[in-house]
Amino acid sequence: MVNLNVKFCGVDFKNPLVLASGILGVTGDSLRYVVQCGAGGVTSKSVWLKRHKGHPNPVIIANEYYMLNAVGLPDAGIEKAKDELGKFLKEGSAPLIASIVAGKQSDFGDVAEEVSKINPHILEINISCPNVDDEFGKPFACSTIDAAKVVEEVKKRTKLPISVKLSPNVSNIAEIAKAVESAGADAITAINTVGPGMEIDIDMRTPVLANRVGGLSGPAIKPLAIKAVFDIYKAVKIPIIGTGGVLTGRDAIAMMMAGATLVGIGTAVYYRGAEVFGLAVKEMKEWCKNEGVKNIEEIIGAVHL
Amino acid sequence: MSDIPKSVKILDIVQENSLVKTYTLDISLHGKPGQFCNIWIPRLNEKPFSVADDDGKVMKFSIAEIGPFTQELAKKKVGDKVGIRGPYGKGFEYKKGEHLVFLAGGYGAAPLYFLARQAGEDGCEIEFIVGARSENLLLYIDKIKKLKNVHLHIATDDGSKGYRGYNIEVLKEILLNKKIDHIYTCGPEIMMKKVSEMAFEKNIPAQISVERYMKCGFGICGNCVNDGTGAPSCKKGPVMSNEEVRKLKDFGQYHRDEEGMKVKL
Ligand SMILES: Cc1cc2nc3c(=O)[nH]c(=O)nc-3n(C[C@H](O)[C@H](O)[C@H](O)COP(=O)(O)O)c2cc1C
Ligand code: FES
Repeated sequence: MVNLNVKFCGVDFKNPLVLASGILGVTGDSLRYVVQCGAGGVTSKSVWLKRHKGHPNPVIIANEYYMLNAVGLPDAGIEKAKDELGKFLKEGSAPLIASIVAGKQSDFGDVAEEVSKINPHILEINISCPNVDDEFGKPFACSTIDAAKVVEEVKKRTKLPISVKLSPNVSNIAEIAKAVESAGADAITAINTVGPGMEIDIDMRTPVLANRVGGLSGPAIKPLAIKAVFDIYKAVKIPIIGTGGVLTGRDAIAMMMAGATLVGIGTAVYYRGAEVFGLAVKEMKEWCKNEGVKNIEEIIGAVHL
Repeated sequence: MSDIPKSVKILDIVQENSLVKTYTLDISLHGKPGQFCNIWIPRLNEKPFSVADDDGKVMKFSIAEIGPFTQELAKKKVGDKVGIRGPYGKGFEYKKGEHLVFLAGGYGAAPLYFLARQAGEDGCEIEFIVGARSENLLLYIDKIKKLKNVHLHIATDDGSKGYRGYNIEVLKEILLNKKIDHIYTCGPEIMMKKVSEMAFEKNIPAQISVERYMKCGFGICGNCVNDGTGAPSCKKGPVMSNEEVRKLKDFGQYHRDEEGMKVKL
């Protein structure tokens, strides 16, 4: 028997694979659906204080190598989120990581306080979305000072453990990780999408995404994500949700060896369906069995010898 | 594997009725009846449309002019280009030689015509009910009449053509008088909700096209998830069996808008 249980910020996960923010996760029932497909936990789509409009279509394009998205974080706001997430929590099928987003530091505090009222297991602070770039200038995740300020504000307004979602689009992600750790973060989620990038339709002579640019995810970014997690693990003591390009159980194990305790899976749902969670769990168990690993927690940070 | 729109030429445009035009596009994506494709107008938007035909060489889409996107599309001329990706979702399925009844409301006649042509050639006998508010909004009547093994029934709310009243009444009548193996429906959800209930009461299997606000079409954005199952209808639908449809809590009740907010039907 292989034990895939992991403890993260004091919360028990029956396996380390969690749904990444922004994939399905719009309603309580869709989160439960992903748990039924085998996820050890789920992250909600990022919640805003007020209703937030997304971009026109096309918002997502993809091929066998990568996905490019500029969905624009559409959301119906805090009241709908409390309804839907509350419903999921009441059913109690798996731990919930509630992702929140805001354009202003003080709004982060307000959303954190409101979402904390329904008592999700963990709060994830999305300070790295490239899609809010145009409206608010540089994402908070790109400066040690801005990132730390958001964390301090949120910590004042909630007692829940918080994980800070970092952007890879910085010169030194480990430095940002250290800054948010010092500011009181309980965990790090890394990485958000890479870029942004642009795809052009040469017949139409125009970028394909309506937003022109979008964040890159999927298989192409896996090495970048693994390296980011490796660097962060070396720099901080708090645990990491390693996210980016994970498609298989073997990818998930690589991410854990780099230093992740939980592994986020998003774009893989495009390649293997929501069933990817059950499939990857099976693949992890097979590998553990062959390698004589009894507890998956043994392999966290294994490459850092 | 590519879910990036391809640009294709419009080969032909036919005005079907006062609201609907059929666009023939210079591409085949091997779409099946009930599946949909996303059509892209650069710098404006991209929207999902049911495949009205795909013969392995060209594809057709019958599109009503109802909003900013379809109005812009209606301005296009033969030779202009649009982008297309797909096909997405599950289509309708049938067994050879069965006796089927189709119930179409609005543009739903287009995908069901595509299905009727295939099923008719495969030896199915089809009772095809087309309904609309009035005669000038009926769709595909002449085409359906020409199909093999297909019997056309028309209903209009105002009685300007065929049976006066809802097409669901015609369905009830047919189910009383004929032995039907399977019911198929595509159209307004309130109508399909009634079909779902009627099929359940009479214990006849049904396939229903459940449309939600689709953005990506491939099960990622989550905009099209149904309540009850929580699964994305772009992957598990749009065509679902009545058994699956009866598990949905939102069907016939509400949809979700672009931001995921519930909107009553
Ligand atoms: C369509 C899409 C929407 C996303 N929306 C969010 C979001 O709302 N909040 C967030 O923190 N990250 C969001 N992300 C980033 C993912 O959570 C994840 O960090 C990234 O895609 C890398 O992992 P992956 O390759 O497994 O997808 C989104 C990604 C995609 C593809
Ligand atoms: S349209 Fe995006 S998940 Fe169905």
